[in-house]
Amino acid sequence: MAAFLSLHDAVAENLRPGDTVAFEGFTHLIPHAAAHEAIRQGIGDLTLIRMTPDIVYDQMIGMGLAKKVVFSYAGNPGVGLLRRMRDAIENGYPRAIETVEHSHSAMAQAYEAGASGLPLAVFRGYKGADLAKVNPDIRSVTCPFTGEQLAAVPAHRPDVTFIHAQKASAAGDVLIEGIIGVQKEAALAAKRAVVTVEEVVPDFKGLHPNLCILPHWTIRAIAVVPGGAHPSYTHGYYPRDNAAYLEWDKVSADRDLFAAWMQDNVLAVGPEIFASRVEALK
Amino acid sequence: MSDFTPNEMMTIAAARALKNDDVCFVGIGAPSAACNVARLTHAPGITLIYESGTIGTAPDVLPLSIGDGELCETALSTVSVPEMFRYWLMGGRISIGFLGAAQLDRFGNINTTVIGDYAHPKVRLPGGGGAPEIATSCGEIFITLKQAPRSMVKKIDFFTSFGHGEGGDHRQRLGIRTKGPTLLITDLAVWRPDPETREFTVTSLHPGVTREMVQETCGWPVRYAASLDETPPPTGLELGTLRDLQARTAAAHQRKT
Repeated sequence: MAAFLSLHDAVAENLRPGDTVAFEGFTHLIPHAAAHEAIRQGIGDLTLIRMTPDIVYDQMIGMGLAKKVVFSYAGNPGVGLLRRMRDAIENGYPRAIETVEHSHSAMAQAYEAGASGLPLAVFRGYKGADLAKVNPDIRSVTCPFTGEQLAAVPAHRPDVTFIHAQKASAAGDVLIEGIIGVQKEAALAAKRAVVTVEEVVPDFKGLHPNLCILPHWTIRAIAVVPGGAHPSYTHGYYPRDNAAYLEWDKVSADRDLFAAWMQDNVLAVGPEIFASRVEALK
Repeated sequence: MSDFTPNEMMTIAAARALKNDDVCFVGIGAPSAACNVARLTHAPGITLIYESGTIGTAPDVLPLSIGDGELCETALSTVSVPEMFRYWLMGGRISIGFLGAAQLDRFGNINTTVIGDYAHPKVRLPGGGGAPEIATSCGEIFITLKQAPRSMVKKIDFFTSFGHGEGGDHRQRLGIRTKGPTLLITDLAVWRPDPETREFTVTSLHPGVTREMVQETCGWPVRYAASLDETPPPTGLELGTLRDLQARTAAAHQRKT
């Protein structure tokens, strides 16, 4: 059953050192506020799963919280490279990280398999691709009906998944709309799902019957954090802060500049700051 | 129209390759610009699909990321990412995949993963994203990139996305049923695979481009088709459409004050 908690308590009660955790959101609805709370609490030794590590994992990796990253596209979308993640991979700074690299197709279907309670995802993929040579989790199975060789990857089963969504109802049901990405699958694949939302409304009566909704009994905790996806966006609330993504390229390029930025913008502030960050974007 | 840059010629030549009834999986960057110029000029009916799940999108400005809100707001439908990769891509419903590349070889194999050794890379690039399966599941693949010796190389460091492998029937030998790379558009030329060897050969030079310019910026010995065309220069409509799109995009991505 979903409990309405402060962001501090929602993170403290659900994320433990050494956990396998997914902070999901495919460009849209990236749970930045939740990740910043994890950084403030210094919860480390994490295995981070995310299709696109993006700025959110660049920050967690740069702060030394990750021991392993499972991913499929480690870029700053539309801008370039993830410089903190590169520094960890190329130079072991601030610590070496293990990487497990997939394609988007594999990652999305591994979440789907996790949500389905299956041990693996089976699909037509990785043909001729070198990733299969460097990731021992990429294997193949033979179709028992046609004999076709298909790719197989293990299901994602995170200890915790964090997502951001538009609305929760008073009962703790969660509504997601727009680019819905893999959030439903990532939440249902996890042992514990924690959701930050823009707002709480009394109920979802009268809305479209096919909306993407996670029932309250699939969620452990909900924290209300307006603006909590920034610099990602929340469809219907505020747009993507593309300028912030461009700026991150400079901030993340230098170790000291990064450390100072994290001190000022993450460690020294609380989740309430997110509402003011999106105010100018609306 | 004579005053245009090589990059503009590249984007416009790529746009011309797309047809009104194509269903196109769009990579970010140069492919995205080309696909939207096509949509705004000769191919208004084209279906553009981005891997964030947006089907039939018609953005007014070019998205910075594959998941900008504009893509969803202007799309016919937005599906989940697992559905995108299963029903639409793996299901064989997408005719063209349009990709960029960090490194490309003469058989259309693409590297966007690492420069150097995978375990100890000289440069860690973003990786494949959707490309490994786009390259093998779309009906055919168009590639666009700016020519440079470090990007058009004899041997790529990592096979992120499989093109024609070692050439010939390598795709069929791996059980891949789609055509693979059928077109390469650079800032200097249009290239198509040789029907037998599958090696990219130049079929058309852009206006003002010489064979020497093509060779200087390519890491393998360039081959030319028996009859070599000159790419028609951009029309006023094509160039105006591209420049308007880029101006709108630049304005939209600046910080609002």
